[in-house]
Amino acid sequence: MIEAPSVSYAGLSPVLLVLGAALVGVLVEAFVPRAYRWGTQLAVALGGTLGALVAVALVAGKQELTLARAVAIDGPALFLEGTLALLGVLAILLLAERSPDMGGSAFVAQAAVPVGTALDRQLSTQTRSQTEVFPLATFALGGMMLFAASNNLLVMFVALEVLSLPLYLLAGLSRRRRLLSQEAALKYFLLGAFTSAFFLYGLALIYGFAGTVDLRGIFDQAAGTDKSDALFVIGLAMLIVGLLFKAGVAPFHTWTPDVYQGAPTSVTAFMAACTKVAAFGAILRILYVGFGNSDWTWRPVLYGVAIVTLIVGSVLALTQTDVKRMLAYSSIAHAGFILTGTIANSAAGLSSTMFYLLTYGLTTIGSFAVVMLVRDAEGEAGHLSQWAGLAKRSPLVAGVFSLFLLALAGIPLTSGFTGKFVVFRAALDAGAGPLVVIALLASAVAAFFYIRVIVLMYFSEPAADGPTVAVPGMLTTVSLAIAAAATVLLGVAPGAVLDLANQAAQFVG
Amino acid sequence: MSTLLLVTLLLPLVGGVVVAALPTDRLQLAKQLTLGLSLVVLVLTLVMAVRFDTGGERFQYVSSYTWIADFGVRFALGVDGIAVVLIALIGVLVPVVVAASWNDEPPRRPHERAVDREHAAGADRPVARGMHSMKAFFAWLLVLETMMIGVFAATDVFLFYVFFEVMLVPMYFLIGSFGGPRRQYAAVKFFLYSLLGGLIMLASVIGLFVVSQSQLGQGTFAFDALRQLEITPGTQKLLFLGFFIAFAIKAPLVPFHTWLPDAGAEAPIGGAVLLVGVLDKVGTFGFLRYCLPLFPDASRFFAPFALVLSVVGIVYAALLAMGQSDMKRLIAYTSIAHFGFIGLGIFAFTTQAGTGAVLYMVNHGISTGALFLIVGVLINRGGSRLIGDYGGMARITPLLGGAFLIAGLSSLALPGTNSFVSEFLVLIGSFGTQPVFAIIATAGIILAALYILLMYQRTMHGPDNLSNPRLRTARDLDKRELATIGPLIALIIVLGVYPKPLLDIITPAVEATMVDLGATDPAPTVAEEAGS
Repeated sequence: MIEAPSVSYAGLSPVLLVLGAALVGVLVEAFVPRAYRWGTQLAVALGGTLGALVAVALVAGKQELTLARAVAIDGPALFLEGTLALLGVLAILLLAERSPDMGGSAFVAQAAVPVGTALDRQLSTQTRSQTEVFPLATFALGGMMLFAASNNLLVMFVALEVLSLPLYLLAGLSRRRRLLSQEAALKYFLLGAFTSAFFLYGLALIYGFAGTVDLRGIFDQAAGTDKSDALFVIGLAMLIVGLLFKAGVAPFHTWTPDVYQGAPTSVTAFMAACTKVAAFGAILRILYVGFGNSDWTWRPVLYGVAIVTLIVGSVLALTQTDVKRMLAYSSIAHAGFILTGTIANSAAGLSSTMFYLLTYGLTTIGSFAVVMLVRDAEGEAGHLSQWAGLAKRSPLVAGVFSLFLLALAGIPLTSGFTGKFVVFRAALDAGAGPLVVIALLASAVAAFFYIRVIVLMYFSEPAADGPTVAVPGMLTTVSLAIAAAATVLLGVAPGAVLDLANQAAQFVG
Repeated sequence: MSTLLLVTLLLPLVGGVVVAALPTDRLQLAKQLTLGLSLVVLVLTLVMAVRFDTGGERFQYVSSYTWIADFGVRFALGVDGIAVVLIALIGVLVPVVVAASWNDEPPRRPHERAVDREHAAGADRPVARGMHSMKAFFAWLLVLETMMIGVFAATDVFLFYVFFEVMLVPMYFLIGSFGGPRRQYAAVKFFLYSLLGGLIMLASVIGLFVVSQSQLGQGTFAFDALRQLEITPGTQKLLFLGFFIAFAIKAPLVPFHTWLPDAGAEAPIGGAVLLVGVLDKVGTFGFLRYCLPLFPDASRFFAPFALVLSVVGIVYAALLAMGQSDMKRLIAYTSIAHFGFIGLGIFAFTTQAGTGAVLYMVNHGISTGALFLIVGVLINRGGSRLIGDYGGMARITPLLGGAFLIAGLSSLALPGTNSFVSEFLVLIGSFGTQPVFAIIATAGIILAALYILLMYQRTMHGPDNLSNPRLRTARDLDKRELATIGPLIALIIVLGVYPKPLLDIITPAVEATMVDLGATDPAPTVAEEAGS
């Protein structure tokens, strides 16, 4: 007779709402007539995510472990769940965009059809599309929220799979450039499956060492290690590999540019922003709660990994000619900045990393939303040379994109600067001065390729047959406006959100 | 609390937003609004300078508001004697720049230029619209004015850093949108050099915060609190270097100077005046305001290094200036030499030299501003930046020639012009503590005479340059141009004859800085006699 564990439904409500919306979405896909599906799906998905956002606000302040210590409801979990819900709302608005001006739906109806067949050609001329993106994205979002909140390695692994599998599918759904999209999905799936195996193997080794998968139990066991425990060290290393892959940290970053480029741009926005938040949420929880007292193992490693990531991200981005690939490498560089805060292993490190994730996520979604708008006859105009002189055609879009680029570059009075400032302060406080200097130099290098795009848009001659700027539909406009407003607000008056992050920087368990 | 400084700071920003929001076809209104606002700001800055109590508090017109409580950041403003004269300089230069840019047209697209060439013979060729509206130029100018005032008025290091970095954005667009043929390259180079310096400084800014957190319990960025910190010499050196490199790039000192000739040459004339006249002063201002008082031990340790860079800059940039064929580049190089003098004055650690250096900043802004404007008129008439395309202009345009001569003589520090006073103070003040450097720097004066007079002679005298047909029909200065260049020429002479009001304001602030630094002036020797 197994006794059912007590469940704090209130504390779990954000995750439950999102997963519930996903389940309803599946039913909607099966039972609602095609004509009403899109609207219903959008309403369900938005309802779930907005509900989660409200639920987070209501639950805020709770500190407890529920489901037999498997899931934590604490400051970091709720802050990240709120962040994910907010980013999820913005991403769903982008996923739902299907105004004719932007080429109708961005998703293919039958993703499994091989490229080049008669059916494939037929599909590319149709506007018919499925709406399964909504339940897929909501499932992924629910998995991400759980990923950042699980206090138990097994639950964390389940969450990892829940968030990953829908993302593999989503990456392959692009209606244009099918081959690239299918390649992205396959690549992401193969590498992802490989790292899931790493994570699982690490989990098994840690279980062998500690006799438990509970993070607190591991923490207690790690206190007694004599620093020569092979199971412990190798197990931790494998866990970290699995997590760093999801976070897109070098040297486990090679999937990022291909997948970001091949996936439909709205999906890329979702992946780039939300997956990073969830992955770093899990990294923070594992390292701080499970291995906080054994940072002699992971701190030097992450120190080195952060340096490699910063250099790889910012230097390789210099050579990119495709705007989505450039943003992909920029996301790698940003993973390096986030790691700079993470290695502090302090309350300041925790709050600064969470704040950075929020600012980065909002700016990233905004940037990809702009990428969706710049189109030519072939669909989105990805090549940077096509962006020349954009400011002349559409000053507003160019201005908004410049704002996001300046924020990514970390210019003061934008959210990016505040984020960089807090992580650097946490790192410097923890004695990581050299890393901060390297990070600052990397930001200078990174600034070059952001500025280069602004130069292209403002100071270059528009190409004669250049792309047009689509008039964004209402949903994209809302998403863009929120992202832009947040980018300015978190730069000019970040006080309230910083306080929130500081108050939330307390793990339970 | 006084709101005068706050109002002066915010007024141009509000104006810039309004101008940017005007419809594109209301260019005339945008210009009038910009000029009107900049004149109001001029009056406000002059009122501040006149009412500045020379015997009073170090920082006046202070106001302070909580900004980001978590970092202990306050929106704190206040000016000392050094900042108030530099802000007045901004107040003077901006309306001049607005008036000087009144009839400027945005750069043409290449194919429009081709059309121009085809229609060159016809008198009624269609007016081609450029890529950018001049309305944006004036909007960015006003935004830039706020940033420039802010960087001198901030008394919170974080706020200073924010202005220091954000200031780049308007100048970047001024150069990149309205500059010369290689404007893209110059704008990016300018932005990246300054940004790199700024980021290195950011490390030191955060470092200061961490030190203040450990010493005061509560982290702060307030300048007055940071001055009281007892920082260990090792930490001081690291933090000093962060600030020093940023300011040395900004000022710029050799070898961090390579961006300035490009940016100065490609910027529109108005942008160049503000870039060299004001923006670069942030570097030298930063040495005095932040490096010396916050890190006295490190300042003394690195002073020989800074002095070597300064003196090398004086000679090296002067030699390079002589080799230039492009007038705007030449003036940019002369500025690098002048920044060497200012650096010498600052790192000599005497009140006299420091006062001279601050006065030098103001005078350099006036005389180089005038030179850029005059060269701008010349380029407008002759259609070329190259010295070789001119000759005998003093006969065709006598007023322009006269103005050029006075501004040039001021640049080479002829007695009776404003620059003489400041250069003399720097040399005499630094001779007491750094005789070797002072003597080498004196040689720079001779070089300055060479490069300025050679440029003047080749463009203004000699035979007419027949290869450039536009010169024969060149107009002399019109009323608008007289109204922009005239005030600067007047200031050159007035401040050359009677610099006392400025010196009265500057001296106490420099004295306070020397107290922070713990430097004592050398016992009165020959210098005292020569100075009196």
